[in-house]
Amino acid sequence: MLERVESLDRKGTFGRFGGRFVAETLVPALEELERAVAEVLPSQTFRRELSELFDNYVGRPTPLFEARRFARSVDPDGASIQTLWLKREDLCHTGAHKINNALGQVLLAKAMGKTRIIAETGAGQHGVATATAAALLGLPCDVYQGEVDMQRQAPNVARMELLGARVRPVRTGSRTLVDAMNEAMRDWVTNVRTTYYCVGSAAGPHPYPTLVATLQRVIGDEARAQCLARGTLPDVVVACVGGGSNAIGMWKAFLDDADVKLVGVEAAGRGLDTNEHAATIHRGRVGVLHGAKTYVLCDEFGQIVPTHSISAGLDYPGVGPEHAALRDSNRATYMAVTDDEALSAAHDMARTEGIIVALESAHALGAVAEIARRDALARGRPVRIAVCLSGRGDKDLSTLASHGRC
Amino acid sequence: MDRCFADLERAGKKALCVYLCVGDPSLDESVALALAALDAGADMLELGVPFSDPTADGPVLAQASRRAIASGSTIERVVDAARDIRRQTNAPLVLFTYYNPVFVVGEARVASLAKDAGIDAMLVVDLPPEEASGLRNACAARGMGLLPLVTPTSDAARMEAILRLSVAPFGAPRGFVYAVSMTGVTGSSAADVAAMGRSAETIRAMFGMPVLVGFGIDGGESARGAAGPRGAGPDGVVVGTAVARRIEQGVSQDERVRLVRTFVQELRQALDA
Repeated sequence: MLERVESLDRKGTFGRFGGRFVAETLVPALEELERAVAEVLPSQTFRRELSELFDNYVGRPTPLFEARRFARSVDPDGASIQTLWLKREDLCHTGAHKINNALGQVLLAKAMGKTRIIAETGAGQHGVATATAAALLGLPCDVYQGEVDMQRQAPNVARMELLGARVRPVRTGSRTLVDAMNEAMRDWVTNVRTTYYCVGSAAGPHPYPTLVATLQRVIGDEARAQCLARGTLPDVVVACVGGGSNAIGMWKAFLDDADVKLVGVEAAGRGLDTNEHAATIHRGRVGVLHGAKTYVLCDEFGQIVPTHSISAGLDYPGVGPEHAALRDSNRATYMAVTDDEALSAAHDMARTEGIIVALESAHALGAVAEIARRDALARGRPVRIAVCLSGRGDKDLSTLASHGRC
Repeated sequence: MDRCFADLERAGKKALCVYLCVGDPSLDESVALALAALDAGADMLELGVPFSDPTADGPVLAQASRRAIASGSTIERVVDAARDIRRQTNAPLVLFTYYNPVFVVGEARVASLAKDAGIDAMLVVDLPPEEASGLRNACAARGMGLLPLVTPTSDAARMEAILRLSVAPFGAPRGFVYAVSMTGVTGSSAADVAAMGRSAETIRAMFGMPVLVGFGIDGGESARGAAGPRGAGPDGVVVGTAVARRIEQGVSQDERVRLVRTFVQELRQALDA
């Protein structure tokens, strides 16, 4: 899986996106990381260790589950959906795909001789995953989280603290993920010699988008093999997109399958026509945020604008640069699902399949009916869809309850 | 700018560069504050474009940025303020910014606006030289410099890379090297003054340009410490956060102007002592 560390021989660009736009202090640290990614990741020792952890600690491979009742609830006559598979990343240890990346990066940090881990988190899943990896590998860990997110994701704050991490509340700006990322970067600039910054999404300066995608690729590799074991590839592979790590991880394995359509689902919040959404690819412009050139939600003067999503994990004004390139090349297409549609999908999934999904994943599920309808129309037959169910929804119970969905 | 440094060298003086986040608390007042700082002894100004997500800045300048954005400050308005300042002074003016405002408004457009307003050089804090060729050329074509930054994490190989990549096309003025005194954000404290002096001399020899040290200078004593003795160490200092703190403290424009003026005088006296 890690033999193919892509794009490291370049400037970390994906078409006109990506690159490395950081304070000069951080450039040597990113160069050091780039060397470590190229040397350590493909090494047998690292691969063996990570693979062993994936199998016996994370619980990989995660199942591919056929969600028949949910499929019928969104497509009662079966005109659009032949098969709906869920790649069950919610069954990973800590409850989300984030652990794949966090374990890989903390293991890499250890190999690099770093003595402290920092991370930023929105929904808390990446924070929990990083705190878990740091506990397992014996490194101290500080996690930055916006105050608003700490309130709406209280169970994850408790988890991180139980795991021994220090959760550092961020009280600036919108007090959400974007501010937590700013604060983590400030910490990193200050402590760059000893500290490893475990970035949570396939975003940020080179080599992070490549590193995260390489570590998350395990999702798609497994899903593809599991689909083939059932006799066929899916027609469409769907995943939610905030920064976009679960989507990139799921899609990497299918990029060369020209007939497999890739669809990302962004957070439309209270609607794409309002200012309260986090649909960067739909409404963003090309800009530079947190170290990479990509689509960002900013005004005509280059100021980043506030975002909104009911899902803390999608509430981010940027997107990984590879997504920006996939959109430009039309290899992937993107849709947007509102808060209400995501809440409905989460409710339906719980009632039809007994799976309580994270609100991030609920966005992907909220788009399934429309994606299936369009693709079935194009192909002239009901289609096979694989959805990355990126995380479980325990953390979102209070949000679901407050919207009358429990 | 080159002439300003030559004059300072002849006079045996260290340069004092004051950073102002333009638009904090208002654009008009920034012009008044800039002129007061120059009148009180600053040799040059860094005019800061506020940015919503200033990851290289500590809480004081981040807050100043927020106030400036709230007051309607944009890169174009900062340039307008620079034009007002230029009408009243010959002091070197540096446009200090994060990259996104430049990229979104357009590199060529920003370079043209800046040149027309009388700005001498630009400094973009999150634009490593590898990514800077477009803006560097746009600046050079208009006779402006794009100032290089070096930091304590820049080892010899990295400094060579910065130097190689920072060479502007023929004819562009050269300006100075901004030496960040520590690994940290603006407004952090406790820089290693002795190490800074040594590294400034290495940097000057390597780049063949004056070196100004910034980050962590909060008063006369630290300015004097950072600048080092005459004829040695860096060519001057940049002070930003400590100025923003004075602006934050003042309750009226008169008081803010007075606080900044008094503070800059203190810095000047310390540097000249």
